[in-house]
Formats: sequence, C-alpha cells, structure tokens
Amino acid sequence: MDNHINRRSFLRLAGLGGAIYVSGLSGWASAAAKPGAANEDFFFIQLSDSHWGFEGAPNPDAHGTLKKAVAAVNSLEQQPDFVVFTGDLTHTTDDPQERRKRLAEFKEIVGALKVKTVHFMPGEHDASLDHGEAYQEFFGKTHYTFDHKGVHFIVIDNVSDPTGAIGEEQLAWLAADLAQQAADARIVVFTHRPLFDLYPQWDWATRDGAKAVDLLMPHANVTVFYGHIHQENHHMTGHIAHHAAKSLIFPLPAPGSQPKRTPLPWDDAYPYRGLGFREVVAEVPKAEYELIELPVKKEGA
Amino acid sequence: MNTNHKRRLLLAGALAGGLGGVAAAVGAQSQERVIKVVAKKFDFTPGEIHLKKNVPVTLEFTTQDVVMGFNLPDFALRTDIVPGTTSRLRFTPDKAGEFPFHCDVFCGSGMKT
Repeated sequence: MDNHINRRSFLRLAGLGGAIYVSGLSGWASAAAKPGAANEDFFFIQLSDSHWGFEGAPNPDAHGTLKKAVAAVNSLEQQPDFVVFTGDLTHTTDDPQERRKRLAEFKEIVGALKVKTVHFMPGEHDASLDHGEAYQEFFGKTHYTFDHKGVHFIVIDNVSDPTGAIGEEQLAWLAADLAQQAADARIVVFTHRPLFDLYPQWDWATRDGAKAVDLLMPHANVTVFYGHIHQENHHMTGHIAHHAAKSLIFPLPAPGSQPKRTPLPWDDAYPYRGLGFREVVAEVPKAEYELIELPVKKEGA
Repeated sequence: MNTNHKRRLLLAGALAGGLGGVAAAVGAQSQERVIKVVAKKFDFTPGEIHLKKNVPVTLEFTTQDVVMGFNLPDFALRTDIVPGTTSRLRFTPDKAGEFPFHCDVFCGSGMKT
C-alpha cells in the first residue's frame, strides 16, 4: 500500500520512533477503510498490564492512567482495526468480590474505546487465584483464535494455572489448531507471560513455554506479542520474534539489572515515563510487523 | 546455613513471592548437608541459604499453608511444596555466587509479579 509505506517512511525520516504521539498522515488509507479484503495491510493496538485496582507510589495516578490510555487510542487520527489487551487488566486481590468489582470497572473504562473489537486475555493478577473463573464471567474464554485479513491470531493462556504453565490440554488444542494452518501461514500469538525463558529468576517465563514454541517452530511466519514484564523487549527464538509491551501502571527494571524486581519509581519531572502502548502495523503479504511505541499522554499535555 | 534473622525478615517484608537467595561459597567440604526450609505465603525461612561449592546438599521443604513452589533457575532446580508433605531437592552447587530463588506458584495478592 503506497500510502501505508508513505506513512512509515514519514515516521522513519522524521525520526519520530516511539517518542511521538502518532496521529497518522492525512490521506493515509488503512485496510480498515476497505474492510473485508484479505491479505491487506492493517494495524492494531496492543495495550497491556493496566493493573486496575493498584495503588501505590510507583503510580500516583493509578486511577487515571488507564483512562488516559483509552483517550490516547481514541484520539489517534486513524483508528486501528482492533485493540488487544495482553493481560493483567486488574491488580490482584484475594477477595473474589473485589476481583469482580475491579474487572467490572476495567470493562466499563475500556468500553469507552471507539474501536469496539477488543480482544482480551488474562494475566496472572486476573486469573491465577481462581483459575480464571471471575475473568471468564466478564470476558469469556481465556484462550481462543481469530482471523483477520489473512492473519491467524492465537491467544494462549499461560496464567490461569497458578504455576504459570499452559498445560497439556491447551497445548493439544494449540497443536490441533496449528495442524490446520499452512506452513507459511501468517500467525500472530498473543500471550501474557513470555513463552521463552526471559529471566526465570524473576518469574519471567512460562513453565512449559518451550513446548508451545516447539509447536510454532515449523511455521515460517510466527510473531509473538506479550506483556507481563512492563517494558519493551525484543527477542528471537529461532525465526520467531517475541515482543513485550510497556505497561499502563508502572515500569519494571530490565531483566536482571538490579537485585530485586521492584517497580521503577515515579518521576514527577517526567510523569508516565516508561508507560505506553503499541501500534502494530501488519504488512500481511510480507508477514512483517512494524512496531510504533506510543506514550500514554502527548508530550506536554 | 546462614540464619541471619534480620536479613530474613527484610527479605520476607520486601520480596513478596518468596524471593530469596542462595549464596554458594567457594571451599569444598566433604560432608553432605541437609537444610530444612519452611515455606509460607510470600516467605521462605531461611530466606537466604549459604552453601559450599562442590558440596552436595539436600533441601527439605515443608509449607505451613498453601501449595507453593521453590524455583532456583540458575541451577535448573524446582519443586512443588504441598501442605502435609516434605519435598526434597538434592544437588551439588557447581558455581559460586549469589543466586535468587522464588516461589513460582501464584498464591495471593502478596505476589508482585
């Protein structure tokens, strides 16, 4: 798509990277403008780790950040084809009623998104204490697939099991689904925890994630987007790229960069620093994805 | 085994999820050791375990409340800890340094993953 290329070229030439609030270029027509056509480029937004219900010094605006992120997505000049939320929608509580209250509040807040196609999945904070029971009351299945314009999306649940495992049953489901996909199918996986051992010392891993990666490996065009670690991170397992997203509540330190996995402190001089969301431009024919990191708020806003 | 009480409390308070450390010191001894570790939500006692490099050790785990896990990634060791039972891990530290361990079973709002 020429217009799409022009927009990306503009971003690159302008050196805007992840530092600017992307509003899109006038005249850019996304695939969303021509719905129904397979194998067209499109883009979606990844939001992650809002931890609704969290309170503490790492984010003195814990009640406002998620709403600001929703407003930021809504104010994009070009709306995405869909939004995906890669887990930890809410912060852990031992009280089942309070858990449902937080899930309900979260759902109401994200209900303000202009884009009504939003795909959810749980994080361990949402689902590990009750095996996803409350989560499913609000958002349905914790693992599922969907297809969009020539791309096959797979949502893997590696949190409802409190040990941080996918489990043999879900792995069998994954294998059966992949068996129906061509070797060169465009496949995108969404999950909460990393499927590979990023830093197991901080529990940044999935106990049986290697089994999922092994199942995905025969497919030539697989990309994984996940959350959990509250920062941007990029990693390759063979030909499979794994991209972690920033959080909407507080950033965490780089893997192993300090003794403890404590949140990076809030800085009044740079509020919301380290928080943000991601735009993913899918170049379907080439099975390539351009990632644009966006802040929660416009600079200076 | 180092049972520095002040350090243990510090770890218990600051490191929800039971993150602690194994420190393997250089200097071999011949006698195998058995170290008892008691787990409860968000805490291991002791929270810091000192071992000797090349000296085999058995860690014996019990838990006071819920199912927990002990995970020591640098040595590729883990076990579930189930109430009413004793879990054991036998290994020989083959490197010196400080190595974090943690509970890898999500069991409550004290987990800060």
